[in-house]
Amino acid sequence: MGSRTYMMQGNLAVAEAAIDANCRFFAGYPITPSSEVAEHLSKRLPQVGGRFIQMEDEIAAMGAVIGASLGGVKSLTATSGPGYSLKQENIGYAYLTEVPVVIVNVMRGGPSTGLPTLPSQSDVMQAMWGTHGDHTAIALSPASVGESYDMTIRAFNLSEKFRMPVTLLLDEIIGHVYEKVSLPDPKDLHIVNRKKPTCPPDKYLPYAEDESLIPPMASFGDGYRYHVTGLVHDETGFPTNNPETIDKMLRRLHRKLDPYMSEIIEVEERETENAEIGIVTYGSSARASSSAMRAAREAGIKVGMLRLKTIWPFPTEAIFKFGQRVKSIIVPELNLGQIAHEVEQAIKGTVKVHKVNRINGEPFHPDEILNKIKECK
Amino acid sequence: MDYFPYLRKEKLPHIWCSGCGDGIALKCIIRAIHNKGLDKNKIAMVSGIGCSSRTPGYVDFNTLHTTHGRAIPFATGLKMARPELTVFVVTGDGDATAIGGNHLIHAARRNIDLKVLLYNNHIYGMTGGQVSPCTPMGDYATTAPYGCLENSFDIAGLTVAAGASFVARSTVYHVKALEKLIEKAIDKEGFSLIEIMSPCPTSYGKINKKGANKNLVLAQKTQSVPVNKAKDMSPEDLKGKIVTGILADRDIPEYIKNYDMLTSQKK
Repeated sequence: MGSRTYMMQGNLAVAEAAIDANCRFFAGYPITPSSEVAEHLSKRLPQVGGRFIQMEDEIAAMGAVIGASLGGVKSLTATSGPGYSLKQENIGYAYLTEVPVVIVNVMRGGPSTGLPTLPSQSDVMQAMWGTHGDHTAIALSPASVGESYDMTIRAFNLSEKFRMPVTLLLDEIIGHVYEKVSLPDPKDLHIVNRKKPTCPPDKYLPYAEDESLIPPMASFGDGYRYHVTGLVHDETGFPTNNPETIDKMLRRLHRKLDPYMSEIIEVEERETENAEIGIVTYGSSARASSSAMRAAREAGIKVGMLRLKTIWPFPTEAIFKFGQRVKSIIVPELNLGQIAHEVEQAIKGTVKVHKVNRINGEPFHPDEILNKIKECK
Repeated sequence: MDYFPYLRKEKLPHIWCSGCGDGIALKCIIRAIHNKGLDKNKIAMVSGIGCSSRTPGYVDFNTLHTTHGRAIPFATGLKMARPELTVFVVTGDGDATAIGGNHLIHAARRNIDLKVLLYNNHIYGMTGGQVSPCTPMGDYATTAPYGCLENSFDIAGLTVAAGASFVARSTVYHVKALEKLIEKAIDKEGFSLIEIMSPCPTSYGKINKKGANKNLVLAQKTQSVPVNKAKDMSPEDLKGKIVTGILADRDIPEYIKNYDMLTSQKK
């Protein structure tokens, strides 16, 4: 295989990674700043035997990817804040019915139509709590074009392994910035495919609880005729009003990631060894934070950074440990403190948490983070 | 014929009220599928929310009960992933023309090969009888205490205008005709819709004082006018009538076939 080194934007890296992860269906609706994902896949999917469709709205796009995934085809949709809001009912459907799909949300400023062309990190809470009901969630946050590729592969792998929707939270900067990337040879990638039933069809229980907490999933058309419903169901997939059965099913959904936390949660630690001031950040804000950290180190201030690559499930343990080692924590984010609040909870009041926030559509300048570092010194 | 091989016997009895047409429609669907000799493993039945949408729970196919109004988008994704499946959508007037109206017209426009069986009962039955886009003007509903103030959708006409290959209308009184129309929809490549008039004695009949449950079904006999006869009748004469039969049967390229052909030419 020849060189796969390109100048590429984050949205394109997502699209190419989807192809390499064996995603063969995309349904979407035009929305800035994510449309390049759809545009690129509209061209690429037919070239690899896949299919693309631009649906009539965001809700339909979410429904279509769930339908395709039930047919056994890995599926992707891409959107931004307003579209992510519209998709939420069907995202909840995918949680309850345990259908793997990947949703890319290239975040822009909100609420409402907000700031369509400008960066923001305003959907991190929506990625956890956007739909009604109790469930667990997975959301990943890349901070570069190369990482957008890697995390798209990972998003598909996690979604397939845990039978659930996974959200990839880019922000406008990561989606649109062009960087040099060297993509791996697809045959070197670790690709996970959903566990399929091995029992005879008449013995298949699509929602039976075993020790893995993740039941095998049959594809429609493969001889396992079963029922899928958005009503709370028993292990056969049919609706139930039995309180014990309801409780058992919903609690499994809520705890199904518990045994796998160390596998799912990824953080990057930089210069944390002797740090006195800690930065906890993610996505494009980590880039400005990184510059600020370098400048502070040059000025003799011992700063370390914990970058959240996994946003949900929240890296509570890593943050708590980091909080034990530093005197104060700074949380820069392009919203008014959505993750800072979670960080406060995680460190249980052991050190003070300082917020650095920006919601005016501009990215961070490293100086404003550096100034906060100096204040905390 | 034996219906049980097509049914999930343990899920019976069904939830539909006495006098409801939905069970009769289901019988016609099963007969048509049986007559066409379709493989149960290669049938998917997708529905939204409402009385009609409970149908997939009773049939032994690949069945998908989705969110309100969204059966057609889920079915679109499934069909694009697995074109070899025969994909039925079972829906109602509220599900498909109110909350799901946009999906209905766009799927018809694309002409994707879905077989939509739309039970029109003029009301939101499952939620207790609220007014629907197909409640006749002046008729009562729990949210139309002064009578329905809005015009009704002509669902079949809407679907013809949107570009579907095959559109028909029938009633649960005309079981033989309905069965044959479903067979035709199975044979047809492209978007097919059959508007099935299915009375709701509980939520629509009672509040509109239609009398005994059977009256609503029997009334379909006198209300129905075959499409050939209807074309010579005036709008006044057609008021309150149900125009039955095939309203469109056209050869239009099917979406997925066309997609595969065009994209393979231009790789």
